[in-house]
Amino acid sequence: MSIQIALAGNPNCGKTTLFNALTGSAQFVGNWPGVTVEKKEGRLKGRKDVVIMDLPGIYSLSPYTLEEVVARNYLVQERPDVILNIVDGTNLERNLYLTTQLTELGIPVVVAVNMMDVVRRRGDKIHTEQLSKILGCEVCEISALKGTGVMEAAQKAVDIAQSGEKTIPMHTFSGSVEHALAHIEERLLHSVPEEQQRWYAIKIFERDTKVREQLKLSEADLQHVEADIAACEKELDDNAESIITGERYDWIASIIRGCCQKKNRGVLSTSDKIDKIVTNRILALPIFVVVMALVYAIAMGGWSVSIGTRATDWANDVLFGEWVPGWFDAILSALHVAEGSWLYGLIQDGIVAGVGAVLGFVPQMLVLFFLLCILEDVGYMARIAFIMDRIFRRFGLSGKSFIPMLVATGCGVPGIMASRTIEQDRDRKMTIMTTGFIPCGAKMPIIGLFAGALFGNSAWVATSAYFIGVAAVIISGVMLKKFKVFAGEPAPFVMELPAYHIPSGSNVLRGTWERGWSFIKRAGTVILLSSIVLWFLQGYGIVDGSLQAVADNNDSLLAVIGNAVAWIFYPLGWVGDMAWKATVATFTGLIAKEEVVNFFGIAYHYAGDVDLMEDSSPIWALVAADFTALSAYSFMIFNLLCAPCFAAMGAIKREMNNPKWTLAAIGYMCGFAYAAALMVYQIGGLITGTVAFSIWTVVALALFALLVFLVVRPYRESGQLRDIPVRV
Amino acid sequence: MKTLKETKVGETVWVAKLHGEGAVRRRIMDMGITKGVEIFVRKVAPLGDPIEINVRGYELSLRKADAEMIEVQ
Repeated sequence: MSIQIALAGNPNCGKTTLFNALTGSAQFVGNWPGVTVEKKEGRLKGRKDVVIMDLPGIYSLSPYTLEEVVARNYLVQERPDVILNIVDGTNLERNLYLTTQLTELGIPVVVAVNMMDVVRRRGDKIHTEQLSKILGCEVCEISALKGTGVMEAAQKAVDIAQSGEKTIPMHTFSGSVEHALAHIEERLLHSVPEEQQRWYAIKIFERDTKVREQLKLSEADLQHVEADIAACEKELDDNAESIITGERYDWIASIIRGCCQKKNRGVLSTSDKIDKIVTNRILALPIFVVVMALVYAIAMGGWSVSIGTRATDWANDVLFGEWVPGWFDAILSALHVAEGSWLYGLIQDGIVAGVGAVLGFVPQMLVLFFLLCILEDVGYMARIAFIMDRIFRRFGLSGKSFIPMLVATGCGVPGIMASRTIEQDRDRKMTIMTTGFIPCGAKMPIIGLFAGALFGNSAWVATSAYFIGVAAVIISGVMLKKFKVFAGEPAPFVMELPAYHIPSGSNVLRGTWERGWSFIKRAGTVILLSSIVLWFLQGYGIVDGSLQAVADNNDSLLAVIGNAVAWIFYPLGWVGDMAWKATVATFTGLIAKEEVVNFFGIAYHYAGDVDLMEDSSPIWALVAADFTALSAYSFMIFNLLCAPCFAAMGAIKREMNNPKWTLAAIGYMCGFAYAAALMVYQIGGLITGTVAFSIWTVVALALFALLVFLVVRPYRESGQLRDIPVRV
Repeated sequence: MKTLKETKVGETVWVAKLHGEGAVRRRIMDMGITKGVEIFVRKVAPLGDPIEINVRGYELSLRKADAEMIEVQ
């Protein structure tokens, strides 16, 4: 029979390092069902029968944050054989707070005190035997980073799981609380196994709604214990939840002096000294700008130091542009598959191009994630949130949302993936939904085309595109955070600022690879499938009554569909001869945004040698003949804000990990884009007198009024929370 | 009544009482800010909010709006 070890501990206590040290490469990384929280599972090195479950980093087992609920449900419902609780030796007091809760679960607990090397270097002492006696469970010393004591700790956990010993919590609460707890156990919990009674009793005392629901307690029973709880609250002049929390900390404070000696309290550590400079009131912002500029320059920019961009360009242009198609050419001709046949087309233009579209992003993503992993491992990521919080929280975003937004100016795909570093579920979802509004590099050719064709190549068009992107993020943030689905989520910004430390190479590499791989695996399928479907629609059409490959895109199935749905966009000013061109161009933009420009080239039968994505001037006159300034601007806005390319949609799907939220995000983007383009065209037309007053003018004005209302309506950050909908 | 929000950088105070309710209050307490605990206000963020404090031997940042719920002496 296999043994399940649950690895639990605070964030930043070295849990990931310990997990990596225990499992090596035998890991499975995924998500907890339906939520954005990462789930990691692995097998103990050399022990196929021991499974280690890495729980999310948590401070408590409260029912309020997604991570805590996920961890709690797992512990209570799956009941692992043993909990390996890793605590940070340099910060015992707060770490043991979780330990007091874990020991109540009736599951054997082994405490591993981490960073013992740092503790010793500081000259501090932790008496682990003493601690073990007081806590009522095994305590061992480890250094996850150096790998010392790690296997011994795991072995201890395995031994205890096999022996069937139970951990009995040693800490007690004050007299009246204990009295109430005994009463609750007696009255409500006799059917619950004995070792689990204390956990449930405390949760009922805390009025934990999730546990109360789970146990299906009757109204009469609840009323009965309510009297005891209320009496306690009156006596101790506090609410039940706070009494428990306070007494846990009081108990820890009372025992800690006996088993832990600190040498010099007042002296600043190296980390404190670094922090004094890095988050200094005057220097913090310049340092932040420099760090961000470096990340951007290395991963996203277009300079010779920009490893990320160069690697991705190489993957797109050389690897998947020449080499791989070349190899397939050779293979296919060896197999006598004629160029121009449907099979050749499917493989070369459908599959190879589609896979290339997925993998082409990976090099840049790896470079970016490598840098972000370093920032995270060093401890700077938390400082970014600290520095930027003031600005971003107004829009319902996290200070850490700055990074996804910045990265998205280069490419939205890694931008969306970078939202993973944001802790709060609400902030993360909002960031994923709004990052795509930022104009990415691939949208530049679209802007260039219309700026050149209709606006005299003026620079303000590109500037306004960025302005609109940022405005869309801000307006969406202000609007969305007031909606119930978001407003109900907890977002107290009470964040630990972990001590700085030198990043561990293996942690960084592993983190980088995990994120890159999860993009390939979880986003790749969507990107590949949709690329193939669009390739088919674009390359095939009904000519002379039969389905066949078409050389002219204008005869394709896509053009037929575009024609059929073009009416949707009439109110945006996409009318007359260009209506279907604009519509189909928008669809082809789903493959990659720069395809929009390419499609116009095809639609206008452009046959020159100039690469239109680099320089679209040859078709400026043709575009100018079809569009008016207003309809061009409306088209541009719609394409900047609407559903991003398939690759970005794949990234959204990966990060949301929930079909409903994925659709909501993409639907929202399309809806917002439509509303924005409609307002620009109709209201702009009304002001300039170029668009006749119609029902759509009324709609646009109404939308504008609604938008203003949604932005300015009053709102108060909710302190009271609804239940977090997690099922495990 | 003095709250943590009004406490100056470099001051050391003790928590007298916690106001507020629900998740925010629980979260603050979970992080170790309970009645009687010593708090050292280390710094204010460059843009004036949030603040960074030292509590129970580690660094914690919280917003002034939340710090207002913490009565100190």
